[in-house]
Amino acid sequence: MEQLLVVNHLTKSFGRNIALNDISFQVMPGRIVGLLGPNGSGKTTLIKIINSLISPTSGQVLINGEAPGVNSKKIISYLPDKPYFNDWMKVTELIDLYEDFYEDFDRNTALNLLGNLHINPSDKIKKLSKGTIEKVQLIMVMSRKAKLYILDEPIAGVDPAARDYILSTIISNYNRDASIIISTHLIADIENVLDDALFLREGNIAMYNSVENIRSTYNQSVDATFREVFRC
Amino acid sequence: MSWKLDSNKPIYLQLMDTIKTQILSGVYEPGAKLPSIRNLALEASVNPNTMQKAMSELEREGIITNNRTSGYCVASDETIINAFREKKADAAISEFVLSMNNMGFSTDEIRVRLRHFIDNNIDMISN
Repeated sequence: MEQLLVVNHLTKSFGRNIALNDISFQVMPGRIVGLLGPNGSGKTTLIKIINSLISPTSGQVLINGEAPGVNSKKIISYLPDKPYFNDWMKVTELIDLYEDFYEDFDRNTALNLLGNLHINPSDKIKKLSKGTIEKVQLIMVMSRKAKLYILDEPIAGVDPAARDYILSTIISNYNRDASIIISTHLIADIENVLDDALFLREGNIAMYNSVENIRSTYNQSVDATFREVFRC
Repeated sequence: MSWKLDSNKPIYLQLMDTIKTQILSGVYEPGAKLPSIRNLALEASVNPNTMQKAMSELEREGIITNNRTSGYCVASDETIINAFREKKADAAISEFVLSMNNMGFSTDEIRVRLRHFIDNNIDMISN
């Protein structure tokens, strides 16, 4: 099987500040990878480079063998850390927009998921609560048949019930050829859903291992291991 | 049925244990079809690959079988399931006897207390 994502000696600096320091790793298809690290460890910088929103200082990223660009955007479904919808839109208009933009967007999947949550597609986004907007955003992202899903802090601002809903949406829409990268610092909530954990610390990879390996090697949860690696 | 998982231990071992208990207690009868990997993963809120690993291990142990077309089934041979049941019972009993022993009870005392407990708690035992 070909690697879906290859990161090769990637460095990104902002002036004198080094956000990512010569990191290399690979993600195979069919994996759910947790991108874990404290605030300021480089998670969002890495995600932005993979999504070709910023360019690296040096090194290389390959998605399905190609550098980030038009082709990679077709196969990456990206959930940013902040909502970016125009709030004057109705949910249906948002669905239309996604359908126009992305060939792989499945309107029926989106409508089903919205229906499960009793979200009325003719509501204006402005009328929805913060948590509901986050759910709508996740639904849009997961309704694409993408190869790589990149979710930046999908569970940060929502209540525990919504968190369970989001995790079950991720599990039920997952398919074997696609991979999911989830960045978060709420590890305990998601660790049972992960295949692998990638710990970032000050722009370096502190650990990249399967979560079951971490549990059997350290005899403790990924969350506890994280606290040990990042003890202040 | 809720799945209580301890993140400090490998999850697939706990999934295997839970499914085994469900089979031994008759939730899934011999020969019965099991839910799909995805549905089991959803029910347990775990990664589908982890559930897959648990199921493959159970298949290797012979307690479930994989028919390519219809997914996983409980082994229809009851002797296999009964063997697992015996093994699990032995493990539970030895754990009990050892921990009683560690508290300083002699085997005779353990026998007496066990008999006494069963006689006085008939209502909490279902069979």
